[in-house]
Amino acid sequence: MKTVTFFICFLVIAFPVFAQDNKDSTQMQTRSVVPQNATTQNATTQDAVYRRPFITSFANTSIGGYAEANTNYFVQDGVTEGFSMEMRRFNLFIFSSISSRIKLLSEIEFERGTEAISIETALVDFEIDPALTLRGGIILPPVGAFNLRHDSPLYEIVERPLVATQIIPSTLSSVGFGVYGRYFFGDFIATYDAYIVNGLQDGIILNAEGRTFLQAGKVKEIFSESNNGVPAFTGKVALRKRGLGEIGASYYGGIYNRFRRDGITVDAQRSLHIVALDANATIGKVLLQGEAAMSIVDVPESAGEFYGRRQWGAYLDAVVPVWTGAVLDYTAATVNATLRVEHVDYNVGQFAATGGNIGDEVTAGAVGISFRPTPNTVFRLNYRQEFIRDLLGNVPVRRAGVQFGFATYF
Amino acid sequence: MMKHFLICIVAAFLLASCDFLLPPAPVAEDTLAEPLEGLTEAQQANHIQGDTEFARSFGVADGLGPMFNAPSCESCHIGDGKGHALTTLIRFGRMNGATFDPMTAHGGPQLQNRSIAGYLPETLPTLATGVTRLLPPAVTGLGYLAAVSDETLLALADPDDLNGDGISGVPNYDEPPDFFEPLPMHKPLNGRYIGRFGRKAGAIDLLQQTAAAYRNDMGITSDFIMQDLANVQTGAFTGDNVPDPEVSASVVRNVVFYLRTLKAPPRRNANATDVKAGEQIFARIGCAGCHVPTLKTGASDIAVLNEVEFHPYTDLLLHDMGAELDDKYTEGSAKTAEWRTTPLWGVGLSAQSQGGAATYLHDGRARTLPEAIQAHGGEASRSRTRFNALTGSEKQQLITFLQSL
Repeated sequence: MKTVTFFICFLVIAFPVFAQDNKDSTQMQTRSVVPQNATTQNATTQDAVYRRPFITSFANTSIGGYAEANTNYFVQDGVTEGFSMEMRRFNLFIFSSISSRIKLLSEIEFERGTEAISIETALVDFEIDPALTLRGGIILPPVGAFNLRHDSPLYEIVERPLVATQIIPSTLSSVGFGVYGRYFFGDFIATYDAYIVNGLQDGIILNAEGRTFLQAGKVKEIFSESNNGVPAFTGKVALRKRGLGEIGASYYGGIYNRFRRDGITVDAQRSLHIVALDANATIGKVLLQGEAAMSIVDVPESAGEFYGRRQWGAYLDAVVPVWTGAVLDYTAATVNATLRVEHVDYNVGQFAATGGNIGDEVTAGAVGISFRPTPNTVFRLNYRQEFIRDLLGNVPVRRAGVQFGFATYF
Repeated sequence: MMKHFLICIVAAFLLASCDFLLPPAPVAEDTLAEPLEGLTEAQQANHIQGDTEFARSFGVADGLGPMFNAPSCESCHIGDGKGHALTTLIRFGRMNGATFDPMTAHGGPQLQNRSIAGYLPETLPTLATGVTRLLPPAVTGLGYLAAVSDETLLALADPDDLNGDGISGVPNYDEPPDFFEPLPMHKPLNGRYIGRFGRKAGAIDLLQQTAAAYRNDMGITSDFIMQDLANVQTGAFTGDNVPDPEVSASVVRNVVFYLRTLKAPPRRNANATDVKAGEQIFARIGCAGCHVPTLKTGASDIAVLNEVEFHPYTDLLLHDMGAELDDKYTEGSAKTAEWRTTPLWGVGLSAQSQGGAATYLHDGRARTLPEAIQAHGGEASRSRTRFNALTGSEKQQLITFLQSL
């Protein structure tokens, strides 16, 4: 019931944007709250991988990227590990316009120094028509919006939304092939994406997290082979009204376990489904963006109730420009105030033995103030508070802290 | 405008610096998961290492299973408190004449009812005549219990009820595992040692209890128990494909040290009038005959545990609890109706770790303390009768006292 209520609230907030006639979209565009490739402009979420600053010249090959660093000071029930700093990400983009209809894009990520180095994107597009482009390689499955639009300089809050990391395992990259395209009619742009990919693998349950955790299904082998020979499918449809906002619905699903070895069936085929809704809109000066997702995982009965069969989560950001003006050499610097509310439930359901609700959920909120000397660089100061409820639903642990950091394209 | 911007930033920092925005520590009286006061820094470092291991969840890649009951220590003892029906262990066996058969040939005595993918968990054999469900106990204060000498326990024992109070109290003599390390405080009898941990006092010390829990509850082998679980019911001896031992001896010892150095469950409102009155009633109706309020540790290598008095409300001995609690299952030399006196310290904090709804007795069958008292038969039946004869307000005072523990 709680899930349904949240979805309804989410949609109630998201849908009215399409009922409004935004008469001042030009003005909105000049009042840049976040970068040009973000949601205040007419670019669709589907454009996100290409609409990065370095690509603007469309030279044969371009290099760009973004860097992100921040400080952390958190206290959990009176206990703190103190103050620390982290270089969270340093990502490099390489783009090449191989020919008029063929493009290559890649993104290499260095996370927390060299703790994790990965290729997040390495895709080739062959455009037959704007309504039909073939895509293959290491792609970003279009589930939700954040997975496609995950660059840190786009956001005013240091932490990524929980739903986009805990339910949708962003940044989720997979080897796959498929098509995407767009249609224009009047003030609207409709987009679609459809791919088959190597799906998430066995680790999503019976992992070191002790819960169903889709991130743990992102094993290294996902880029070289499928663990079961059955491709996962991912697709999305979205509708954008120019100068106003976008709403999207997406899906990711397939068989996640290795059910066959050497041609012999060793387990039942176990499925994973993620459905997501995302929306963004600018209402007056306020940018609203959010995402809600639910995952349904076929967990073997023998694994027990530690591993959720259903999970869901959602977040909503409200970003308000509180000041725009000239600072130093920057003629259109912006200060934004941001509020985020979010929730994830790792294990939806009731205990078989007691009928009581299964806990394992996090509710969080963050407020932030950010300064953008240019749209591509953001300095962020955030205060965040989380309420972490354990599996049994005991009184939640409270965690709160302050983060300061920057993120910038280059 | 710049001034406004700076004011905003400074204001945000000031707000975040305020205590009310950064969560304070919970009240110590309501918290179980804290170390003993007075540990040295080195001991605190060991405690934290053990804490980390205690919280660690095992996955298939770490050796979980192939069968298991829970993926981590903390799954059963959330916040170091009492467990929940989710993680209740099932143990079984059957009487073979006058001897109890733990049915090892059928996968006994513990039912591993969960398993990794591609492996079948055990099912309860139909031949089992004794089946018990064991709620995971709180683990705080175990260092005190571990440090009580056998001599002290033997002094409390009264197997023939020579004092005529209707309460006997016998030690459970257990076969030690091959890695058992006897201390001067242990007093063996015919090669067996007094057990004090587990609902039936089936484990002699915390090392045995912990190593067995790694293996039997999580399917994690260690230097102490190298043999992985296998489902003998299906003939599947393939294990989990992770080399053994899956954790080292030092990991298990760290957890043991963590358990030894958790503080005793804190009292609340100990000086309140009703609590004091309830305490007197507790003694008057004979509860304290088994739930001995005060014990003293013997010599301990941890200075703060060395020869100190503490208040666990147990005698760590076995008592016949009558047909009411006889699950026809046992361990060591205990009879099926005999149970080790459950320490009552921390009983008032049960709900905090059980999802807000406390359950009592070894299997959580009682939802309230009076319900738990009504299940006390055998040696405790005299106390139960006296409890039932109390006035309503006296009963409430007794419950208030128990909730203060």
